[in-house]
Amino acid sequence: MNTPNMHLYILAAPLLSAFAVNLLGRVSRAWIGPLILAALGFSTFGALLTLLRVLRDGAYRYTVGNWQAPYGIELVIDPLSALMLLLVSSVALLATCSALKSVQNELPGREHLFFTLYMILVAGLLGLVQTGDAFNLYVLLEITAITTYGLIAMGPDRAPLASFNYIIMGSIGACFYLLGVGYLYILTGTLNMADIAGILPGLNAPAAVATAFAFLMVGLWVKMALFPLHVWLPNAYSQAPTGAGVMIAPLMTKVTVYLMIRVMFSIFSPGYEFIQHAGVQSLIVWAASLAILCASSLALAQRDLRRMLTYILVAEVAYMVGGVWLANGTGMTGAILHIVNDAMMTLCLFLAAAAILYRTGSLEFDRLHGLYRRMPLTMAAFTVGALSMIGVPPTCGFFSKWYLILGAVRAGHWEFMTALLISSLINAVLFFRILELAYFQPVAGLQATTQQGSGEAPLPMLSPLLISAIALLALGFGCGPLIENVIRLALPPGFAP
Amino acid sequence: MDQLLSEIVAKYNYWIYVVLMMIGFYAMIGKRNLVKKLLGMNIFQTAIILFYVSIGGKRGAGIPIVDKHAVMLHGVDASRILNPLPHVLMLTAIVVSVSVTGVALAIMIRIHRKFGTLEEDEILEKIGQ
Amino acid sequence: MKLLQERTRDRLAGEDLIVRTAVRLLVPFIQLFGLYVIVHGHYSPGGGFQGGVILGSSFILLALAFDLRTSLRFLSVRVNAVLSNVGVLIYTGVALLCALAGGLFLDYSALDRILPLGPVAWRSMGIFLVELGVGIAVMCIMASLFWDLGSGGEMDEGL
Repeated sequence: MNTPNMHLYILAAPLLSAFAVNLLGRVSRAWIGPLILAALGFSTFGALLTLLRVLRDGAYRYTVGNWQAPYGIELVIDPLSALMLLLVSSVALLATCSALKSVQNELPGREHLFFTLYMILVAGLLGLVQTGDAFNLYVLLEITAITTYGLIAMGPDRAPLASFNYIIMGSIGACFYLLGVGYLYILTGTLNMADIAGILPGLNAPAAVATAFAFLMVGLWVKMALFPLHVWLPNAYSQAPTGAGVMIAPLMTKVTVYLMIRVMFSIFSPGYEFIQHAGVQSLIVWAASLAILCASSLALAQRDLRRMLTYILVAEVAYMVGGVWLANGTGMTGAILHIVNDAMMTLCLFLAAAAILYRTGSLEFDRLHGLYRRMPLTMAAFTVGALSMIGVPPTCGFFSKWYLILGAVRAGHWEFMTALLISSLINAVLFFRILELAYFQPVAGLQATTQQGSGEAPLPMLSPLLISAIALLALGFGCGPLIENVIRLALPPGFAP
Repeated sequence: MDQLLSEIVAKYNYWIYVVLMMIGFYAMIGKRNLVKKLLGMNIFQTAIILFYVSIGGKRGAGIPIVDKHAVMLHGVDASRILNPLPHVLMLTAIVVSVSVTGVALAIMIRIHRKFGTLEEDEILEKIGQ
Repeated sequence: MKLLQERTRDRLAGEDLIVRTAVRLLVPFIQLFGLYVIVHGHYSPGGGFQGGVILGSSFILLALAFDLRTSLRFLSVRVNAVLSNVGVLIYTGVALLCALAGGLFLDYSALDRILPLGPVAWRSMGIFLVELGVGIAVMCIMASLFWDLGSGGEMDEGL
């Protein structure tokens, strides 16, 4: 199993299954589930093998079509991208088990169309985390975006309008990114990331390089919904079909944060961002702190569980952006660890919300009374996810927040540390409110149930939820080895955790 | 003053692209009709495509289509041929633009069927009711 | 303007004899040109997407000059759905085949082990297979986009 093409087999499996699902799903619906789960299972297994191989043999580069760089497209498999491959494929696998059930409930008769878009999205995400070519990144970014537009628009009521607003904002972000790549191409004449990194320091065009960097950053910030560019996210993610939400919410913004890290460290060098433009660096950390406070405050005002989770998601993105821009190794370790942890936490919480929606039909707070008595396992997993969001040891959320706070202290950015602590308190308020409603309030008399009956969530939706809750604890206990063996290798040279 | 004027006149194509981009950007954000927003997005993307294509231009250069046998006999002088790489990159960008337009138009049909109108303020009014 | 509105209301627009005859004569040549553009993509301006759009536009022209059902008669909805998937499967299948045959993804010289024509000749001609897949997929998608958007999803009449 040591073929050099393994990381592309990981990408090819979901892509082929997408079109197989489209063809065979028209004939009979029973083909869809086994095909998708087999493809994603293969991808997860392959990603694990790739990660082990990279840790053993070191990073490697792969030229598609055997055209040498800089003429051909190059893929980069280093510890960070192998970690992201494993993260994306395992989160997709867990989300799909739940999505199969909720799509059957919400979009009967159209599952083959839904899952075609879904699997192309997974293939696009898997490609995004491996690419080493700036324009290939744009193409894959747009592939993931277009499938997301389609998936969100399949929702009920106001979902098409939310998706249209997402189209406008997402296209602005992607076009800004394209402009930035255009500037880089004018300056360096090549599109390969490593090649650009080699040519940029020797150039004498500071304004043009700064403009290119600004366009790239703003484009990616619009795509990852950094406050105040986040306006599209709450509507889009909370009105998407449940099966789409459990997959898009954990992954899309985190992969975009990974892309920002790639652009900052593989195209431009840390010296360029942190030393030459130190004013910009502190400005962005201040902006991230403000973003955390505003997004957390907006989350307090929500009355619907999924909308509240989307605002918390916006705050988490600001954690990661601030952590990377802190300019020391501890902050960066915290940010990369937070990518992994936040994907798992968001997956756990959105899976719990999907299970609750399946059984009770609504996620408003006043319908959540006494839910513990009806769905004990779901609420137990939700509790673990909530504790992780707040940052309680030994769940994984504590450790990434610890590194972020330590990085802020070491860098002297007290405002970022204050914002993180206040945000943890606000998260505590948000989640304890729900836990109090679910655990301690009596079951309301007119509790409506959907035609799916009452009781615990069905097994296909419950098992990924429990697995992700256990994974939160496992990531918490195992974060030491994770940082030592993987994340330490992902930091740029000269930075230590 | 003289240098400023020569800057503007010599790089007139870039100024045109900037104007086009701003028109498209304003339409995307400032207009309230969904079709006008979509057209603004198209104008914005077209301006970026034109920007890329103009990168490949060289003074006195010809189009990048050469005769195979002439090249095998005489060789090729790269400075007399336009750079075809940005053209090829923009083919991909055009495909992306067409796809996004297609998805957006399909979404607008659904919105129209549900709300009966394509003006954003009227739709928000109907949602609020 | 009023005449145009009346004719559209009575569904007389687009049913002119000259337009119908001209389109009936032109469509085979348009499709031939589209195939030419696909095949010459690796060597001169053209390629999968461009040729596919030309092929798709021939069906759109039929729908505009006659009516939607005529266009659907020549490329039915089911064939369209199957062919668009087959097109992308050809692309990904060729890439996978190159990898399984021992080379890297999309490394056409590895196909030499399946059909011995020489690795250099394969690298020059292998891209044609991929362009073919792309052309088929784009043709189906372009026609399907026009049918869906023009008829609001019902595929009976519209524009």
